Amino acid sequence: MAINRRNFLKAATGSALTAIVAEEAQAFSPRETKELPPKAVGMLYDSTLCIGCKACVAACKQANDQPLEILESQQGWNEGAWDSAIDISAKTLNVIKAYTNGEMTQKDREVDGYAFMKRHCLHCVDPSCVSVCPVSAMQKDPITGVVTHNPDACIGCRYCVVGCPFSVPQFDYETPFPQIHKCQFCSHLQAQGKLPACCDVCPTGASLFGDVRELKEEAKRRLGAEEGEVYEFPRGKLGGDRDSHTAQIPKYQKDFYGDTELGGTQVMYLSGVPFDKLGLPTNVPDKSYASISEGIQHTLYKGMIAPLTLLSGLLFMAYRNRKHHDDDEQSPKEDL
Amino acid sequence: MSVHQPLGGKLLTTPFIILSFFALIGGVLMLERFIFGLGAVSNLNNGYAWGIWIAIDVVIGTAFGCGGFVMAILIYIFNKGEYHPLIRPAVMASLFGYTLGGTAVMFDLGRYWQIYNVFLPWYGQLNSVMFEVALCVTGYIIVLWIEFTPVFLERLGIVGLRKKLEKFLFIIVAIGVLLPTMHQSSLGTLMVSMGFKLYPLWNTTLLPVIFLITAIIMGYAIVTFEALLSSAGFQRPYDTTILNKISGITWILLLVYLVIRFTDLIMREQLGLVLVGDLNSIMFLLENLFFVIPVVILASRAKRNSPYFLFISAISMLLAASLLRINTYLIGFNPGGGWSYFPSIAEIMVTVGIFSFEIMLYLIFVKTLPVLHRVEA
Ligand code: SF4
Ligand code: SF4
Ligand code: SF4
Repeated sequence: MAINRRNFLKAATGSALTAIVAEEAQAFSPRETKELPPKAVGMLYDSTLCIGCKACVAACKQANDQPLEILESQQGWNEGAWDSAIDISAKTLNVIKAYTNGEMTQKDREVDGYAFMKRHCLHCVDPSCVSVCPVSAMQKDPITGVVTHNPDACIGCRYCVVGCPFSVPQFDYETPFPQIHKCQFCSHLQAQGKLPACCDVCPTGASLFGDVRELKEEAKRRLGAEEGEVYEFPRGKLGGDRDSHTAQIPKYQKDFYGDTELGGTQVMYLSGVPFDKLGLPTNVPDKSYASISEGIQHTLYKGMIAPLTLLSGLLFMAYRNRKHHDDDEQSPKEDL
Repeated sequence: MSVHQPLGGKLLTTPFIILSFFALIGGVLMLERFIFGLGAVSNLNNGYAWGIWIAIDVVIGTAFGCGGFVMAILIYIFNKGEYHPLIRPAVMASLFGYTLGGTAVMFDLGRYWQIYNVFLPWYGQLNSVMFEVALCVTGYIIVLWIEFTPVFLERLGIVGLRKKLEKFLFIIVAIGVLLPTMHQSSLGTLMVSMGFKLYPLWNTTLLPVIFLITAIIMGYAIVTFEALLSSAGFQRPYDTTILNKISGITWILLLVYLVIRFTDLIMREQLGLVLVGDLNSIMFLLENLFFVIPVVILASRAKRNSPYFLFISAISMLLAASLLRINTYLIGFNPGGGWSYFPSIAEIMVTVGIFSFEIMLYLIFVKTLPVLHRVEA
């Protein structure tokens, strides 16, 4: 079969296109994932220490003036004595969830066992919510890394709700004047030198506040200790002056969560059952999603050079061709 | 004397009355939303915080409004004057598509009363794709109204001002090509940050390219669709020579698109997902089937002259690009956590209302304003 011009052109266009796709995918490489802020504060939640008392849930409600949540199925008999949120919502910033399997006979065991999980904002190192918000309503403190929300800026587009990989920001659909609700790490209490309410009340030290770098060391110490070894688990704040909680080292998963996942999180987890069983996304890259989408935007809009070049080209063409179109009667000439 | 003329004729026809009925229902439901909150009318939740109002009214709605954009590229940038008869109806359809898309955003925004924050420099967040989309879409709505003013001026007989305005129209035209290029691609980029929530068949860093090309395809499809429909509906002769040429351009665009789309899947090693047989793969196949149908039809030069085949391929392209958008924003999106979403009747009725209103405006405009090209006697 002879290669005629038409076929050749087709093949050439095809391979040129393939090259373009490869090129473009290359050009849209992610920006660098952000670094942990200098004085990053965070939390280490050790699921094996959690006894499911929900003191933190109640303390969180009080500290943040959030209303009780009564399940629809309990309307009628639950008159408000029991706050029964089963997940975070517009009314609940923090919740304790349970993983259960089979007979549920042993704590922190994957099969026939159960485990607790605390769910709230993870204060990501490179947060999607901050990256996607059009009006800077989500802010990450450059020193402490705490991610806060400013309702005065928020337009309620809910991009943060869909964009957060942990589905943390909660929008209120039941009111005409809604707002986004999320854990802001009790920054109002921290400003007064107090601990975040949940860490403050935790009886076992399962929710432990502290400097993120030190918390990582603590997590590694626990992971490095022998199973069954007697260990002093700090309470409240790592390096604080509270009595510790003495207990044996449990059987941990081999790593802690939040070191590198999606660029790292300032709230980190230790667990006896696999992290995906606790509802954490595990099949994720080490780079943040924000770095991927911002990579595209930064490539296309760097210094606005590409759009301005395109615009000047368009202006030139439109100006040059303007005469042919400014009068409907005139028959337009072809000169291209 | 202009070559465009109002069609005239009765406004209150039966279809018009039916449309206004739907628009009214949509309006009442909207009122309910503003009084009781988004939850009162929609099934939106904290897993699926974006529903059909975003995916259809805004993302598909503005893509339907790309007719003006693509005809401006052809006529003013590539200087193809022979397409001139189609520009006014195209710009007008864009005007409605975008204005109503912009209005739909207001209905969907939770804290709409603070929308002006987007325009305050101390709030604007340059890394946000949403920020860029918001500015570009607003800018483009303004551009479209300016592009359309000569029509009003002509109707009112204000010749001097019209001539003056047309001297500067080239600037507006250039901006009017730049802005949709930016935000139609960004409507794709918007979903890149979803990470694992978006199924790999749709989650690619090439989403901006994929969305831009399909928006252009949709633009040409809607121009064809509208031209054929208004010829049939108002008993005017078919402009098949022009439509034939447009279909040639679209055919090439479709090929380019399919090559990019599948090369990307192969390079990301996700092609296998196409044949898994779950909802995602079925929707993907359907989406791409509608892209392939016009490729096959328009390959035949004879069929490019037939209003019937042109119409079928235009509809197929509109379906294809719409499905791509629905798949990217809704079907392929899975937030996990047991969340689910299917639009409520009220949500659907609002969308129907918005599109009905759009068609009503179209009918009013073509009958009272010099939009359609005068038919040679
Ligand atoms: S967990 Fe979600 S809301 Fe919290 S900082 Fe990360 S992206 Fe933002
Ligand atoms: S809902 Fe508010 S905080 Fe969230 S992205 Fe939109 S404007 Fe920002
Ligand atoms: S840090 Fe404060 S707001 Fe966040 S979960 Fe703990 S108590 Fe609630």
